[in-house]
Amino acid sequence: MAVINYIDAITMALREEMEKDSRVFILGEDVGVRGGVFRATVGLYDQFGEARVLDTPLTESGLVGVAIGAAAYGLRPVAEIQFADFIMPAINQIVSEAAKFRYRSNNNWSCPMVIRAPYGGGVHGALYHSQSIEAMFNSTPGLKIVAPSTPYDAKGLLKAAIRDEDPVLFLEHKKCYRLIKGEVPDSDYIVPIGQGEIKREGTDITVIAHGMMLHNVLEAAEKLQDEGISAHVLDLRTLYPLDKKSIVDAAVKTGKVLIVHEDNKEGGIGGEVAAIIGEECLFDLDAPIRRLAAPDVPLMPFSPSLEKYCLVNTEQIQSAMRELALF
Amino acid sequence: MEMKMTMPKLGESVTEGTLIRWLVKPGDRVKKYEAICEITTDKVNAEVPSTYDGKVKELVVQEGETVAVGELICYLETMEATEQPQKKRYSPAVLQLAAEHGLDLDEIPGTGMDGRITRKDVLSFLQERDEKQRQEPMPSHLPIAPVQEEPQHDFNFEMGIPVDPIRHLIAERTLKSKTEIPHAWTMVEVDMTGLFRLREKLKKEFHKKEGFSLTFLPFYLKAVVESIKKYPLINSVWEGDRIVIHKGIHISVAMATDEALYVPVLKDADQKSIFGLAKELNVLKEKTIHKKFQPGDMSGGTITINNTGSFGSILSMPIINQHQSVNLTLEAIVKRPVVINDMIAIRHMANLCLSLDHRVLDGKICGLFLQHLKMTLENFNEETTIY
Repeated sequence: MAVINYIDAITMALREEMEKDSRVFILGEDVGVRGGVFRATVGLYDQFGEARVLDTPLTESGLVGVAIGAAAYGLRPVAEIQFADFIMPAINQIVSEAAKFRYRSNNNWSCPMVIRAPYGGGVHGALYHSQSIEAMFNSTPGLKIVAPSTPYDAKGLLKAAIRDEDPVLFLEHKKCYRLIKGEVPDSDYIVPIGQGEIKREGTDITVIAHGMMLHNVLEAAEKLQDEGISAHVLDLRTLYPLDKKSIVDAAVKTGKVLIVHEDNKEGGIGGEVAAIIGEECLFDLDAPIRRLAAPDVPLMPFSPSLEKYCLVNTEQIQSAMRELALF
Repeated sequence: MEMKMTMPKLGESVTEGTLIRWLVKPGDRVKKYEAICEITTDKVNAEVPSTYDGKVKELVVQEGETVAVGELICYLETMEATEQPQKKRYSPAVLQLAAEHGLDLDEIPGTGMDGRITRKDVLSFLQERDEKQRQEPMPSHLPIAPVQEEPQHDFNFEMGIPVDPIRHLIAERTLKSKTEIPHAWTMVEVDMTGLFRLREKLKKEFHKKEGFSLTFLPFYLKAVVESIKKYPLINSVWEGDRIVIHKGIHISVAMATDEALYVPVLKDADQKSIFGLAKELNVLKEKTIHKKFQPGDMSGGTITINNTGSFGSILSMPIINQHQSVNLTLEAIVKRPVVINDMIAIRHMANLCLSLDHRVLDGKICGLFLQHLKMTLENFNEETTIY
């Protein structure tokens, strides 16, 4: 099995689905000739031509709207938002149109489309190129939100998203793109949407994370192993709807839960995960549920030292984990 | 806790003060810094603030009295239970485990923050306790089981019957069957009028010719055999990982004597005519009455049939014998008014009850089997031949 980058796994998934299904096409800003600003669609324009890899004007509401129309027409569009921060003009299209298509049409129509959006900080992108956007969308029934953290999951989940009969917001952590490598089969497989995965088995504390933070958590867990602290790590993978069973099972395993995410703490996904645990398994808890997330300030500052301050790092995670283990 | 309030020092050179007026009386609640009395000294008039939250207990100094600085003026009772140890707090998980295992949490050492008992502490305490119990079996000089008191019998009101070996065997087998086999039960109602008439027509002649009575049972056995041929799964046994269907049909027929119940086996019932079955039944009956069984007479049955109707029973729930899947009864044949073509007729009716091993059989196949059995029995008529 080949070891490849996170972003190459995404390209692989796109290519395979386009080869397999002629209804699948890509549209977005600079996705064609340029191959995407992050190079996620590189080579696809040459292989599939301009009819299936469309360069659009710089208008997110327009390109998502076009994708919705194409999906309604029977195609399988994959729309790329160049940076997740730019998705704001398209919120009306996503939330009020795509997500409600099936419901509004009394189940007569559906909207099988994928919106890919690179998100997250730590790349010196400042305010316009660093935000996490999941909290803005994760109470929208009808819209699924997927956020893989490994190349294997990225390929499997993107393929599942493209084949899904309803709109999927596919969040790719841009720092993972070339930093995270992993084994990816070149076979045709999918990772089902809606399922978390235990990325590390442990007995002392449970840590729940997704995206780039998962890697920081795994690194911290590795270091804490030497101190005799054994961490059980759950990767959410799908952020909406959440995999309640996996969350509860993981929490019950140790009774001590830390939730880590990159986005601002208040109103973030961590609160929702904590609420599920509180509702479902209070009597298995041995400590207050802890959250470790960004301070409640606009993300991300441009100043390198402030950006560093705003990003939850391995050391912080490590000490939060240690504190919880000792509680 | 009882606290003392004293005359405050209200200036460098002040050595005494006069209490002008109490602002509180015994029993009053006072807050810290709340004025409790007015005093006057050479230099100043002032209010004395309480130094505690609490309740006024006793006023020592009377209004108008002058006392030295530092002298007791009243007692206060404070609310804070300062001497009590801090209340222990437990997590829901710890409380849950303690309740589940009946643990006294004071016995468990806490390793968490500030000595908190963690879920892990409880779990390792439990594990250690279990290991200890496993390693240290009860000392051998102590009786393993607590001494049971002999039940007291008063033979004025009870009579003891010694349990003979056969009763023992019956007890053992029925208990084993009833506890091991998941019994299900069903019943159908059969119109036996045709059969009744057939037997009436034949019985005198039969007795004269064969030397024994023709009962309903051989007809019933015949109908059962024919129905098993249609639904062979009835004639089977659960063997854990597979179900074994018997090729031959060997019917265990329950026969009671005064002392006990015997279940001799009518072998190869599928190869016999009604007459053959009647003859074989008669042989088994003779053997039962005279207790002259030969080895093998009681074994090898693949299905049991019970003529409970001979006692007038109209409903029974038999226990399935080991190595079989069903136990069928034939209940009493009684005349009952029944509706036929919207008219009431007097018919000879009987119930057939079936206990089944639900591991092997389901309601559907048993229903079909009973349907076929019912149909076969109802089709007997005066034209039926028995030889």
